[in-house]
Amino acid sequence: MSDIRVKEVSTGGGIRSAFNYLAGQLRQIGLFIALIVIIIFFEIATPGITLKPINVSNLIVQNSYILILAIGMVMVIIAGHIDLSVGSVVAFTGAMAGVMITQWHLPWFVAIVLCLILGAVVGMWQGFWIAYFKIPAFIVTLAGMLTFRGLTQIALQNEQISPFPDEFRALGSGFLPDLGGGQSFLEPLTVILGVLAVLLLVVQAIRGRAARKKYNVEDEPFAWYITKLAFTTVLILLVTYLLASYRGTPIVLVVLGLLVVVYSAVMNRSVFGRHIYAIGGNLNAAALSGVKTQRVTFLLFVNMGVIASLAGLVFTAQLNLANPKAGDGFELDAIAAVFIGGAAVTGGIGTVTGAIIGGLIIGILNNGMSILGVGSEYQQLIKGLVLLAAVAFDVYNKRRSGGH
Amino acid sequence: MSVAVDPVPLVEMSHISISFPGVKALDAVDFRMFPGEVHSLMGENGAGKSTLIKALTGVYGIDSGTITLDGEPLVIKSPAEAQNAGISTVYQEINLLPNLSVAENIMLGREPRRFGGIAWKKTRAMAAELLTQMRLDIDPASLLGSHSLAVQQLVAIARAIAVRARVLILDEPTSSLDADEVAELFRVIRSLKDNGVAILFVSHFLDQVYEIADRLTVLRNGALVGEYRIEEILRIELVRKMIGKEIAVLDDIDTRTRAQAVETETATATAVPFLEASGVGRKGSIEPFDVRISEGEVVGLAGLLGSGRTELARIIGGADRTDSGEIRIEGKPRRLSTARSALKDRIAYSSEDRKREGIIEDLTVRDNIVLALQADRGWFRRIPRRRQDELAASYIQALGIRPANPEALLRNLSGGNQQKVLLARWLAIAPRLLILDEPTRGIDVGAKAEIQRLVANLAEEGMSVLFISAELEEVLRLSHRIVVMRDRRKIADLPNEDVTVTEIMGLIASGADA
Repeated sequence: MSDIRVKEVSTGGGIRSAFNYLAGQLRQIGLFIALIVIIIFFEIATPGITLKPINVSNLIVQNSYILILAIGMVMVIIAGHIDLSVGSVVAFTGAMAGVMITQWHLPWFVAIVLCLILGAVVGMWQGFWIAYFKIPAFIVTLAGMLTFRGLTQIALQNEQISPFPDEFRALGSGFLPDLGGGQSFLEPLTVILGVLAVLLLVVQAIRGRAARKKYNVEDEPFAWYITKLAFTTVLILLVTYLLASYRGTPIVLVVLGLLVVVYSAVMNRSVFGRHIYAIGGNLNAAALSGVKTQRVTFLLFVNMGVIASLAGLVFTAQLNLANPKAGDGFELDAIAAVFIGGAAVTGGIGTVTGAIIGGLIIGILNNGMSILGVGSEYQQLIKGLVLLAAVAFDVYNKRRSGGH
Repeated sequence: MSVAVDPVPLVEMSHISISFPGVKALDAVDFRMFPGEVHSLMGENGAGKSTLIKALTGVYGIDSGTITLDGEPLVIKSPAEAQNAGISTVYQEINLLPNLSVAENIMLGREPRRFGGIAWKKTRAMAAELLTQMRLDIDPASLLGSHSLAVQQLVAIARAIAVRARVLILDEPTSSLDADEVAELFRVIRSLKDNGVAILFVSHFLDQVYEIADRLTVLRNGALVGEYRIEEILRIELVRKMIGKEIAVLDDIDTRTRAQAVETETATATAVPFLEASGVGRKGSIEPFDVRISEGEVVGLAGLLGSGRTELARIIGGADRTDSGEIRIEGKPRRLSTARSALKDRIAYSSEDRKREGIIEDLTVRDNIVLALQADRGWFRRIPRRRQDELAASYIQALGIRPANPEALLRNLSGGNQQKVLLARWLAIAPRLLILDEPTRGIDVGAKAEIQRLVANLAEEGMSVLFISAELEEVLRLSHRIVVMRDRRKIADLPNEDVTVTEIMGLIASGADA
């Protein structure tokens, strides 16, 4: 192999232009713009209620479990699979949390840990059939949707369990402690967290660009880079301001933030994440390259199980109720969020942040339409059309840019 | 045809430009086609041949320029519009439906109707007529997928002819055909030509181009180099125009391999070979065979499509399981039941099916290159990003991958460049045995020479190579030893000393009367 010399990387990107770069990023830009347009639309239409501190706080809290599910779902979809069982797993976890806390009298934190383990076991069960037995995920998780709904009803004996201890409920509807003791105009801890988040983002962006420059792989126009950064900063500061002027940072937002950071890193940097993209992009090629395709698939579903049970805990804590009907249709919201967020139906393409933005678009639509008093029948109709439009835009885009 | 003045062109494309994100694929290219002529489009990978064809067939929209058909301006927005205008195409990758019958494939979209349903009898009869016309003896009712790739290719051409095309585009139609089938195809092309059809013929085989074409257009890096009548341009001139520089003569490789062949043979007669397979077979796929591959040895596999050459390679590469026999690596028995276990023994298998078993289109060049190496290191020993960038940059440089951008998506690279990325993926794991199944198929002269030179160098440094190619010249040029396959059986295993293409062909063909 000594004939393959490591030479200096050739400089210059050739004929790439800023326009071409932006054309290639049309999907992401479009997603971002769509989010902004929807926010502005509802802010004007409601009028002024959408961006009220209390509404923003509620919006985050009430959509948290869908956003959590979307993180796991985008990974499953990138790998070329689907998971229809998450709604039932949410219900099952909630039910078991209720049983553990109120009937078995376990401490709340033990119940949380046991429920997460239970989620992993559920994932192993489904992952086994999908990865090793080679039954399509659609079938296995459709079966899971029924089985876990059934187990939920058995566990709850078709009754509701309520109430839960306050510590447990904090997971769903609690806030980080107010450092200002309720006296200050803006809650200090939230302001600190918001500023920290902005700092982290800026440092990360600068370092990333510097690294890409160093290897001559930077083709993002500088103006766009600055615009994007400035824009995200303003958005974070706005949310920080709104939260700080209400009750501060919801605990579930901290959970969600951690999940986004961790899973973005997993998908972009870890070997596991890159292998998920590889098997979704071309399963045969990945297998021939020595990727442990079965194990990746198995762990992917274990991961989905844990995430679904976390969403179940958050949801149960928020409602302060374990309900046999809980989580009905959550899988569809999560899947819709992922596709609105730009994931490819054929697998291989998608991002965690895209799924989150997709989830936020659905959440804001729900919230805004509810404030406007739009009936649930029309809400469904509009969400359906938005999903279709987003995927249609993707497909159109792909066709236009062609592929060799 | 002694033409003093060019006749009126049937198709005239002027100043065609097309860009993709990050790539200017065509830059003000002119191209003309004349009725009753075979026009060959020549150029290296990434020269813009496929793009120009897709502009003519409506797959891509053009950014600027004009297309006229019979002097009338033509805006082609979709392949269907192109077809309605009389422009028919047979693509390099066969675009047929293996799950439907041959007749349906030929008549799809224009099946004769009866009472609102498909008139099956008539459909089959019409298809059968076309097949007879092409002298292709297959049952129109049989499933397309049950036939060989070569037959499928001819069916694709039958389908293109069925629409009474005025312009027929054949993109690499011969890449999987044997000599007889090529002759058959050329016979069909000539008769179409006599009927006044304008034919665009793309092939990497210079012999075939010189045999069938009347006119050539050469492209390089998305720009027009020139248009020539075939009798005006010598081969060596043509090659120079295609790659823009003199290619180093391949004779060098030739003499080196032959000298080494004798050397390795004497050296390894006694030593334990790197890999030794005895009685290895797989039911319904390949009869039990023996094969030895020594360190630093290039073993060529010769045989027709479907002779078992790919099946043998897949077994050694761990892509298929065996059901008999034993494989020893350096004397120790091994079970190569998955590609992963073969990779553990540093055996890498590069599949012939680049698209389905090789590249990952939606990942970057860098991701594709590090894939096998990272899979080998496991999940917890991640290759640092810095090292990944270095690896990608060094292979891009060493193999001349274009565009030289490690973050480019693989779907935006030309076929030859995708193939180089695949080679880089395997070289990155420093294999001891590299199995290359048709690594030069559908690749231009320059890239082909580069890959051949690379194989020769790697072998000199001690890597063993199992080399498969439909081109016997290439197998002979590179291999120290040649294994000949026929009818799923190994029929000969000879050192490459004074063996000629004709002899090998004789061995392969002798199956006909066996």
